[in-house]
Amino acid sequence: MSEASPAKAYALHLGVIALLFVLSLLLPEYYHGLLARIMVLAVFAMGYNMLFGYVGLLSLGHAMFFAAGLYGAGLAIIQFDWSVPLAFLGGIACGAVLAMVIGLLALRTTGVAFMIVTMMFAQVFYLLILYFATWTGGDQGMVVPQPARVLSLGATSLELTNPTVRYMTALGLFSIVLLVTLAIVRSRYGRVLVAIRENEERTKMLGYDTFSNKLAAVVISGTICAASGAAYALLFGYVGSSFASVQYSILPLLWVLLGGAATTLGPLIGTLFMYYVIDVTSGYTSAYLLIVGIALILLVLFFPKGILGSIRQRWLEWLP
Amino acid sequence: MHFGPHLLLAALEGLVTSAVLALTALGLSLVFGVMRVVNVAHGEFFMLGAVLAWAITTAIGGDPALGFLAALVIAPLIVGAIALVAERLVLRRLNYNPEATIVATIGMLYIIQQLALTFYGPEARPVEPPFSYRILLPWFGYSGYKLSVIAASALLLLATWLVLTRTRIGLTMRATQYDSETAQAFGIPVGRVYGGVFALGAMLAAIAAVLIVPISQAHYLMGQDPLLLSFIVVIIGGLGSLRGTVVAAVLIGLSDGIISMFFSPTLAKIIATLLVAMVLVFRPQGLFGTASR
Amino acid sequence: MPLLTTKGLSRSFGGLRAVDDVNFALMPGEIRAVIGPNGAGKTTFVSLVSGRIAPSSGMIVFDGTDITGQPAYIRVRQGIAYTFQITSVFANLSAYDNVALPVQRTLSDGRSKGAVRAGVMATLERTGLADRAHMPAGQLSYGHQRLLEVAMGLALKPRLLILDEPTQGLADSEIDNFITLVREIAKNATVLLIEHNMPVVMHLADRITVFNAGKILAEGTPEAIRENAAVQEAYLGTAP
Repeated sequence: MSEASPAKAYALHLGVIALLFVLSLLLPEYYHGLLARIMVLAVFAMGYNMLFGYVGLLSLGHAMFFAAGLYGAGLAIIQFDWSVPLAFLGGIACGAVLAMVIGLLALRTTGVAFMIVTMMFAQVFYLLILYFATWTGGDQGMVVPQPARVLSLGATSLELTNPTVRYMTALGLFSIVLLVTLAIVRSRYGRVLVAIRENEERTKMLGYDTFSNKLAAVVISGTICAASGAAYALLFGYVGSSFASVQYSILPLLWVLLGGAATTLGPLIGTLFMYYVIDVTSGYTSAYLLIVGIALILLVLFFPKGILGSIRQRWLEWLP
Repeated sequence: MHFGPHLLLAALEGLVTSAVLALTALGLSLVFGVMRVVNVAHGEFFMLGAVLAWAITTAIGGDPALGFLAALVIAPLIVGAIALVAERLVLRRLNYNPEATIVATIGMLYIIQQLALTFYGPEARPVEPPFSYRILLPWFGYSGYKLSVIAASALLLLATWLVLTRTRIGLTMRATQYDSETAQAFGIPVGRVYGGVFALGAMLAAIAAVLIVPISQAHYLMGQDPLLLSFIVVIIGGLGSLRGTVVAAVLIGLSDGIISMFFSPTLAKIIATLLVAMVLVFRPQGLFGTASR
Repeated sequence: MPLLTTKGLSRSFGGLRAVDDVNFALMPGEIRAVIGPNGAGKTTFVSLVSGRIAPSSGMIVFDGTDITGQPAYIRVRQGIAYTFQITSVFANLSAYDNVALPVQRTLSDGRSKGAVRAGVMATLERTGLADRAHMPAGQLSYGHQRLLEVAMGLALKPRLLILDEPTQGLADSEIDNFITLVREIAKNATVLLIEHNMPVVMHLADRITVFNAGKILAEGTPEAIRENAAVQEAYLGTAP
């Protein structure tokens, strides 16, 4: 947080990005799809971490922001024939507007009430998707047709269905969001957010309008999650209501808890690790929600700081 | 059928829903009121009650009344024991921190649900009612069992109310709810009260489920709607208020039947959830609660 | 013209009138001490002034503007800084970050990190905490945490600095440094000081206001208050 060691922090993050780039050259094709998916979902987790980790606001409804991006981008292409970049921006805009409205309402509550209110708003969003099934495909979802998933850049056109293009696009989005997050948490604004988490009353008495600061954090968080959702629709071509269900509000919480709340790289590590655990255990059981449940309980009981949080506490104090 | 009898039928059906809902929501409300713990796994305790009722009646066989009575006693006891273990192993170690316990009970929800899927399976299975007497009203016949569910639930609510207001146990619970630290200082075993309340809350949900399972069916996902409705009831009724919980349960149970006559079930859920969220945002003490605390 | 005035300011909790119809005026540049027995309403009074709690009735005017309806953070921006009685520094943040929070907000010009850094270090030097800048505030000694609390108030560049029992729990040597610090602060700001330690009050205060049972019992110079029979009765229970 302090001014010390900015170079070290940026070097570490650029190193992680470079490593992910090199991995695409080394790993067999099967892993490209998987890693691309993990990077996109890690963006979702980073958006969640922005609010939960740094501001201390535990939302149980972030699936609605992911789904706003997912459906915003998906519907823009399927129903309105928008181009890929426009659809992507449209999805993000949907998430930003939704986050603004939800923030204005939900931030009137705190603590447990905030958790329940966000869960209920997300439930309403989910049910709306089911209710307007003629538009959204209901619980069947929709497939974004392959010909539409092409990014035209002047003469050249990039097919997002191509594994390499998909991997690089996912890496690009991941890198931007990672560096933006790093810049935010190291900025003065990031300092204010942490202060609100630590003691909101005291922060007010230093002259900060904590409501507006929290609202901005909700909007940033929701926008990042929507970017993840929009990218998911465009890269993987499926838009489904299950992404709006309660489960997809719990998963980012799990990933962030596992990787380490309030660490910039924790969301990636948590998402990666959880996918790995599920991959390993899938040989023994198909009930992957069982693993999710056990992981949640073990984490809050024995490991509340998560992987990177514990590492930061023991060895690397400068870790952002 | 004319409008009058039709309304009577809807009201009766609504009362059955209300009766079961009141018991379930009371469990959630007690746990929140005394322990300040939001138990997201409450619906799964309900589901466990129903699934166990099926298992017990199937294992006993013979006269449905005998099996049902056994289920009514044994299923809540098993569910209560499971809840007690969960409270000891998890919630107590978290020191009842409100946010950590929500995350932990979400974990419990997934674990219970998946274990039910693994061992019970994805089918919906019926349980035979203990008796199939039909009461003949001038306009239509009505299931005597459904009426007895309303009566049984009313009796149980009354009993809970008496325990809470007229006995030492109830006094201990209320003291703990009011101020757990002072209660501790006065020698009340707060830890044991918490364990007992959590088990009792789960048992109320299990009893409600055993009562309803001859009418609906046992299924591993059946806990989700009762959870949502219980949340709605507890929030509308005012968090931790017994009278509010019962009033709200009757209100929601009756209106649920009537609303779903006019709207699609999905739209009804959307409207109800949105309204309740708004109540939490703008009137967090509930519609019937008082502003203090 | 007074910097701060209150007119008929009252606040009740349930049936208890913690602050009862208080009319109060504070001139710019003053060091004013507020004293009184426990439960006299001193902390409630300054909480009303700083906006931490809302009054039941009455009016607060700061520098000619009615601020009664303003939220606390706006009042802080207008120059009313409040330091807490119970130390409430951000325990998990470094001393540097604790002071950076108020510094970065009062900086209107500099977007550069250099400006924040200079401001923070200047404030830490002034309070003698510079060599502990990167320690987590929670690991500082109690006396240093109190100083950090004052440093945070100072960094807001207040026109009115409210200190709520700042010397409580400090050692004698620390108290001497503290008196010097407050004198220095008073060169640029008006100081409103709640204090139990009478030697500190007598050393510092230009004027003293005595609270009892939510009302102002007496007001005057330290000498006048020392001689006041009613004050002695409030403190000792009997007239001498």
